[in-house]
Amino acid sequence: MELLLASAIGVLTAGGIYLVLRLRSFPVILGVSLLSYAVNLFLFASGRLVVNMPPILSDDAAGYTDPLPQALVLTAIVISFGMSAVVVMLALGAYLSSRTDEIDIDDPDPIPEAEPGAVE
Amino acid sequence: MDTGGNFLPIIAALPFVGALIPGVMIRAGRTACATYTFMASALAFILLMLSAPAVFRGEVLQFQLEWLPMLGLNVNFMLDGLGLLFAGLILGIGMLIILYARFYLSREDPMGQFYTYLLLFQGAMVGIVLSDNILLLLVFWELTSLSSFLLIGYWKHLPEGRQGARMALTVTGLGGLAMIAGMLILGSIVGSYDLSVILQHKELIQASPYYLPALILILAGCFTKSAQFPFHFWLPHAMAAPTPVSAYLHSATMVKAGLFLMARMWPVLSGTPEWFYIVATTGLITMVLGAVIALFKDDLKALLAFSTVSHLGLITMLLGFGTEAAAIVAVFHILNHATFKAALFMSAGIVDHETHTRDIKRLGGLRHLMPVTFVIVTIAALSMAGIPPLNGFLSKEMMLEEASHTAWLSNPWILPALATLGALFSVAYSFRLVAHVFLGPKRDDYPAKPHDPAFGMWASPAFLVVLVVLIGLMPNLIAGPLVDITAAAVTGGHPHAHISHWHGLVPAFWMSVAAILGGALFLSLHGALERGWNAAPRPEAKVIFDAITRASTRASHWLTDTLHNGSITRYGAIFAAAITAAGLFAWFESPMSAPTREMLPINAIMAIGWVLLVISTGCIIAFHRNRILSLVLLGVIGLAVSMAFVYFSAPDLALTQISVEVVTIILLLLALNFLPGRTPVESGMPRRLRDAVIAGAAGLAVGGLTYAILLRDFAAESISAYHLANSYKGGGGKNVVNVILVDFRGFDTFGEIIVLGIAALVIYALTKSVLRGPGGRWLLNWGPDDDEAGDRHPLMMVVVTRVIMPIALMVGAYIFLRGHNAPGGGFIAGLIVAIALLMQYMASGFAWAEERQRYHYHAMIAAGVMTAAVTGMGSWLAGRQFLTSSYGYIHIPPIEEFEWATAMAFDTGVFITVVGAVMLALHSLSSMSRRTGEQVNIHPMDVDPGRGAAPADGKEA
Repeated sequence: MELLLASAIGVLTAGGIYLVLRLRSFPVILGVSLLSYAVNLFLFASGRLVVNMPPILSDDAAGYTDPLPQALVLTAIVISFGMSAVVVMLALGAYLSSRTDEIDIDDPDPIPEAEPGAVE
Repeated sequence: MDTGGNFLPIIAALPFVGALIPGVMIRAGRTACATYTFMASALAFILLMLSAPAVFRGEVLQFQLEWLPMLGLNVNFMLDGLGLLFAGLILGIGMLIILYARFYLSREDPMGQFYTYLLLFQGAMVGIVLSDNILLLLVFWELTSLSSFLLIGYWKHLPEGRQGARMALTVTGLGGLAMIAGMLILGSIVGSYDLSVILQHKELIQASPYYLPALILILAGCFTKSAQFPFHFWLPHAMAAPTPVSAYLHSATMVKAGLFLMARMWPVLSGTPEWFYIVATTGLITMVLGAVIALFKDDLKALLAFSTVSHLGLITMLLGFGTEAAAIVAVFHILNHATFKAALFMSAGIVDHETHTRDIKRLGGLRHLMPVTFVIVTIAALSMAGIPPLNGFLSKEMMLEEASHTAWLSNPWILPALATLGALFSVAYSFRLVAHVFLGPKRDDYPAKPHDPAFGMWASPAFLVVLVVLIGLMPNLIAGPLVDITAAAVTGGHPHAHISHWHGLVPAFWMSVAAILGGALFLSLHGALERGWNAAPRPEAKVIFDAITRASTRASHWLTDTLHNGSITRYGAIFAAAITAAGLFAWFESPMSAPTREMLPINAIMAIGWVLLVISTGCIIAFHRNRILSLVLLGVIGLAVSMAFVYFSAPDLALTQISVEVVTIILLLLALNFLPGRTPVESGMPRRLRDAVIAGAAGLAVGGLTYAILLRDFAAESISAYHLANSYKGGGGKNVVNVILVDFRGFDTFGEIIVLGIAALVIYALTKSVLRGPGGRWLLNWGPDDDEAGDRHPLMMVVVTRVIMPIALMVGAYIFLRGHNAPGGGFIAGLIVAIALLMQYMASGFAWAEERQRYHYHAMIAAGVMTAAVTGMGSWLAGRQFLTSSYGYIHIPPIEEFEWATAMAFDTGVFITVVGAVMLALHSLSSMSRRTGEQVNIHPMDVDPGRGAAPADGKEA
């Protein structure tokens, strides 16, 4: 099972990074989502894989898995939703305002280079 | 500890506190403002004087307070003779300057600002000289650079002021950086950053191989601050400051900070050949060069500035000699120079103020018009020239005496000769100052009609000149004890100064005579010499400085533009590649231990999940140009991830993941409504190949890392055992994950719900600003690319969501209530309820649903956060820490006994915040479709079988 999870995390990371490197905002959002899955799974995996031992206390439980990574990942999932929502909104706002969803636009109006040391 | 030591932090703090006064008092008038500012300084001065008797008895007052002991940074102050001399100068002359500035600054100048800057500077300086910890000293040292920047650039409308301030900050700031490095080296050699400890380890420091680097770095700080060659050029440019600033910073205090530090470090750094050749030589060059340039300056303040450079060089040279006798002279001259030079600067300011020019060529004959100023300047200038019996004479004579028997590279002639030359030029420019400004015929072309200023303006320089005369006449009575204790502090011995006017016909006497006669001769030949000077080519420091700054700015622009070209894709690629490379490096550097865990057997269903996940990821990459399809595939991946959580004993995570999944996909669908449906092909094959290589390498690395982790046990014991053991006992809950969230790490969760709330508010604000901008105008004319479905609010969906709504709410409540003991809790319940609400919005349109929505989402976020906060604060009432929970059991018949916990209230806050945040985010997005002119439907569904019979009354049937 460990191999499956590790390879799944690897695949998600690779896919996420590839999509993040695309030139339009929507694939980048997809890539960020894939990376979030990968990161959350990775954090979760740091508690090691345990089957059938949920961290719910009961008298007849054989043992418990590590609850701490789970608590951290739970909030991470919710926060990554918040982050995705902000990123989506940014992408949408940029698209509506500039009529393009390209990521790397050549600055149409670069800031003029200040002449250092010159008389102001 | 002596009670006097307790005054030290107060003395250092008073100017900083006082810096706040002018901002308040300036409304009460300029005189009131000056008076109160003066009082802050005066109070500090009085406290210093109260501490002085102990210092004169030979004690060293100390105050110690640990600040960041693990860094060796302590708030330690000490007061010995050296500190007393400098603190006295800083506070004493500071008071005179405050008085003088009251009359000097014009009505248009913002005086409150000036006094604030001045007191900030004063506090920083006092801090330097009282610090007993070199890290604390560095803090104050940088503060002087900053506050002097503000003071030099005080007249913001003058370009010279701004440029001079920048130059001063650049030079002294760079020196300060070097000094930080030097001090850190010094501290690590000794093992302590406390000055009083460092000063006792001379042998250790001088034997260290890092002695020379530390020495050079510290001296770089001292030389830049004290304007020593080749860093002397900033001081004349700093003269663009108002004259009180020049008189204070550039004669008496800031430029002497470098000297102070050299004197402070003298016991441990001096005495080596390196010290002698670096310090004495620099001082000598500076002294001669400064004096020569000063003679040819026509601007009064520039003349004084270069003269200051020269005198600072003189003192540096004396400290560089490394002998006890020379140190005594250095200390004595510091005192003397402060008195006559501050008086001269203030007088130059008076001349400027009254005649509206500082150009010596346009002045002359002022002695009848400004008799008081004339007397002050003459006495001070004669002292500067070293004419007996004034105080400048005494220390200059002693300096020449020291120089006369110091050999440089075993040549006994170079030092005395050059010292005499420096003294000669010093005499020449001092005489010139008097002769060309005050003597000579009265002119009729002054820019303004000169007359002596009000008493308040000449009182300060007059007071200093009285000191000049008194010290000159009775040196042993007035200055002797102070010089003795200061020199004792510098050298660590018990020196006694023998100050006298007549040493006999020693070499120093003849050197002095030569200097005075030669100086007078040079002045008489000034016209011819000046023509020669102006004809001679010489480097202009400002041009060089500007060229260097321009070149370094260009270089950093080049570097920045190369690395930082604005392409976020490029950063992403560099970032991913760099992290992967770093990880690979670590992987190959350290050996891996053998696996300690057995692999779990592969479960068939999970294998299917894995295949789904891998195929979906592959398909997303292959078909990511089709955006809707990508979203569907993303949902599949989310489900597979949830499955993994279920299988690996994380029911809470699975519930959260699956509900977040739904919300995320809805959000993305809403956004996609406005975004183009397809991604065009832009990057060519090489580019895609490059990205694939980077992504593949990163994926392999992360996968490998995860695999390695999963097969090994924890490196250290997990702290989770504590949580498992105390979850029920301490938190009253059986679901350990939930107890961790709302109890053990409740503060984290509190922060996280705030972040979530902020994210939702950011989305709201972004939407508002987009709608107000060009994006909003464009949306008005927006139309869908494809034909819309004829049935926007289908009957089936409306009916089903209405039926599901109460059930979903009940499930939410159930999940919430059981959260403490079984999988569930505020986060998950919040998401479930949000989904239930969302379905209503989807079925009947957002506007229709919103009309029936009673609560503001903003208010919900606020209420949620407040609920959590109030719950947390409730534990204060029980005298416990924030967010400590308590619980108990309630039995209300006929209901079964149930448990209550304050954590429940906290979880309620989480719940409300999550609902509010999710709904606000979606509300914001959908307000965009409202802008496109989407109709608010009157009916809950488009096709209503019952509507044909009943008349449409505009409301739901």
